Amino acid sequence: MDFIVNTLTLTVRFAVTLMIASMGEMFNQKAGIFNLGCEGIMSMGAFLGMLIPFTMIGAGQAPWYVNILGLVAATVCGILLGLIFGVIVITFRAPQGIAGIGMQMFGVGLAGTFFRSYIGGTQSIVGISSMEIPLLSKIPVLGKILFTHNPLVYFAYLLVPVAWYVIFKTPWGLKVRAVGTHPRAADSLGINVTKIRFQSLAVGGAMAGFAGAFLTLCQAKMFNADIINGRGFIAVALVYFGQWHPVKIFLGALLFTFAQTLQTQIQIFVPKFQYYEFLTMLPYILVIVVLAFNRKSNRLGPAALGRPFNREMRV
Amino acid sequence: MMNNYKIAYKVSVVVIAVLAALLVGAIIIIAVGGDVFNTYWIIISMPFMSMRTFSEVLIRMIPLLIIALGIAVSSRSGIINIGAEGQMYMGIIAATVLATNCGSLPKIILVPLCIIAGGVAGGLYGFIPGWLKAKLEVSELLSTVMLNYVATQFFNFCIRVPLLDPTEKSGTPMSRRVAENATLTRLFPGMSLHQGIFLAVILVVVIYILLFKTTWGYKMRAAGASSRAARYGGINVSRYLIISMVISGACAGMAGAVELMGVQGRAVAGMTGGYGFSGVVVALFGALHPLWIVPASFFFGILLYSQVNLQILTSVPPNLVKALQGLIILIIVAVQMVISNPYSMERFRKRFFAGRKKQNIRKEA
Repeated sequence: MDFIVNTLTLTVRFAVTLMIASMGEMFNQKAGIFNLGCEGIMSMGAFLGMLIPFTMIGAGQAPWYVNILGLVAATVCGILLGLIFGVIVITFRAPQGIAGIGMQMFGVGLAGTFFRSYIGGTQSIVGISSMEIPLLSKIPVLGKILFTHNPLVYFAYLLVPVAWYVIFKTPWGLKVRAVGTHPRAADSLGINVTKIRFQSLAVGGAMAGFAGAFLTLCQAKMFNADIINGRGFIAVALVYFGQWHPVKIFLGALLFTFAQTLQTQIQIFVPKFQYYEFLTMLPYILVIVVLAFNRKSNRLGPAALGRPFNREMRV
Repeated sequence: MMNNYKIAYKVSVVVIAVLAALLVGAIIIIAVGGDVFNTYWIIISMPFMSMRTFSEVLIRMIPLLIIALGIAVSSRSGIINIGAEGQMYMGIIAATVLATNCGSLPKIILVPLCIIAGGVAGGLYGFIPGWLKAKLEVSELLSTVMLNYVATQFFNFCIRVPLLDPTEKSGTPMSRRVAENATLTRLFPGMSLHQGIFLAVILVVVIYILLFKTTWGYKMRAAGASSRAARYGGINVSRYLIISMVISGACAGMAGAVELMGVQGRAVAGMTGGYGFSGVVVALFGALHPLWIVPASFFFGILLYSQVNLQILTSVPPNLVKALQGLIILIIVAVQMVISNPYSMERFRKRFFAGRKKQNIRKEA
């Protein structure tokens, strides 16, 4: 019983990282940009989320505003990296897949470089600790699973309906979808394709940076050079899995985090289990299987995904 | 004959790109409190200090070259293989099994056998994303990355349980040393350069011939250039996608076997050392052409070797090299687009060459 409750509690808490990153990637892809650099942006976000509390306070308990400052710095850095990626793939119209790999290596390498020279070795921080909501957390089982998290978790879950509303109910969301589906038609209606794509990259970058900082502040509470460890790529895959819909992406994030949490929990509860590498593989294999059996969803995606738009070109 | 202004345009774009890369690199170095010129000087000059350091560059160049050749094949066929890291691990596992257990075979048989085993294992592992892409439309970018993580875990499991060296008491997971008959002989005493360089040279020729002188290569390039047109022309695109991915994986697997038999001597955790991703950079830097990949891999061999020197000689963390590689990819893809853009070339001509047209004509006359 403990095992199940623990796994589910941690799933609810840790799903935030994947969910936010994936939601950001969804904004990018809705506008037609395939941003494989998510991993790199998350790395930089994770690093800044660690750096600011660590340099200001040290390894001890940081006051809440310092942690928030870390989150804000990570978000701003995410926006910057997203815009840099935009310059490469929108202004220069570079192929997005390869540029994404470049962004990933750049982000991970840069975070590693700064980490080694500003922090040195692996250090842990207290981060943002979870708190129990009075009354609600006393509900048996469900109370622990749902109501023992830090405020950021609830804020993050609030972003699901917000993202849905923005994408499907606001003029800006409509423009984003138009730009990702048929940029030429959008352009002919006076929508500035370049501008909308840059904006969506800024939003996506901000969310990726935030997700990275959440990872270090609330989940891992430490940093090392490969802390993201494929989460950025899984976030990209989740967008396909969730068929570009915020709610489905949210469910997908829960599923994948469950697979990840399950394997760490099995290692804790069943220490004699010899073959834990196979458990670690599980989420990654799950991604491949899901992508393979979900190919119909490829057609649900934005029609102009991955295609640079050139206004001067004739079709 | 290319026009003067076209050459001038391309050269100036490349020069600006190189300067931009150096500048961003310099900013990063300053940000971590390093000495810019000293750092760059160490990166460039250390390999040429002695024959020993030079051969250190060459042994890093060998796996890079082999992997980049494979990636060039797959990229030309329209599928980007960023799973070389995982394919390399699979190759290492297969080669380790043979090289540690079949020590009684004569060297002339065992060495090629191990390399082939590595190639087959890597090729099979490359088959998976190729097949997934061709038949189920799974993006190869995602599937290869995921397979990298799967292969890494599988490799860690192998060296921890089935292939573990029973005599190793420290608890570090590693395989037994490869048999004497399975090691690649070092070419010069006191230098780490090994026979693997011959395999690399042979593969350059083989891949060049494959890509540019055979029907297979032609069909692959056609499929990569425009899959629709190729299909219209009667080429079975998905078949050549899979074949190119298998070749690409086989190259990575062989690179793994060579790294095992020539450098490490046993399978240890993390032994691919990022060669798989660097291979992508090398292939791009070499313009996906087997002959250009040779100098490109040499250049990146220098960069990878500099990680060692940066660690010893400067305060700049070796992770800088990874950031630089990412930066180089970003700049290359942007530059390629600028170079192939006829509009900006025309603008460049009008700006800088319009006035001199008359002089040129006079000269030619």
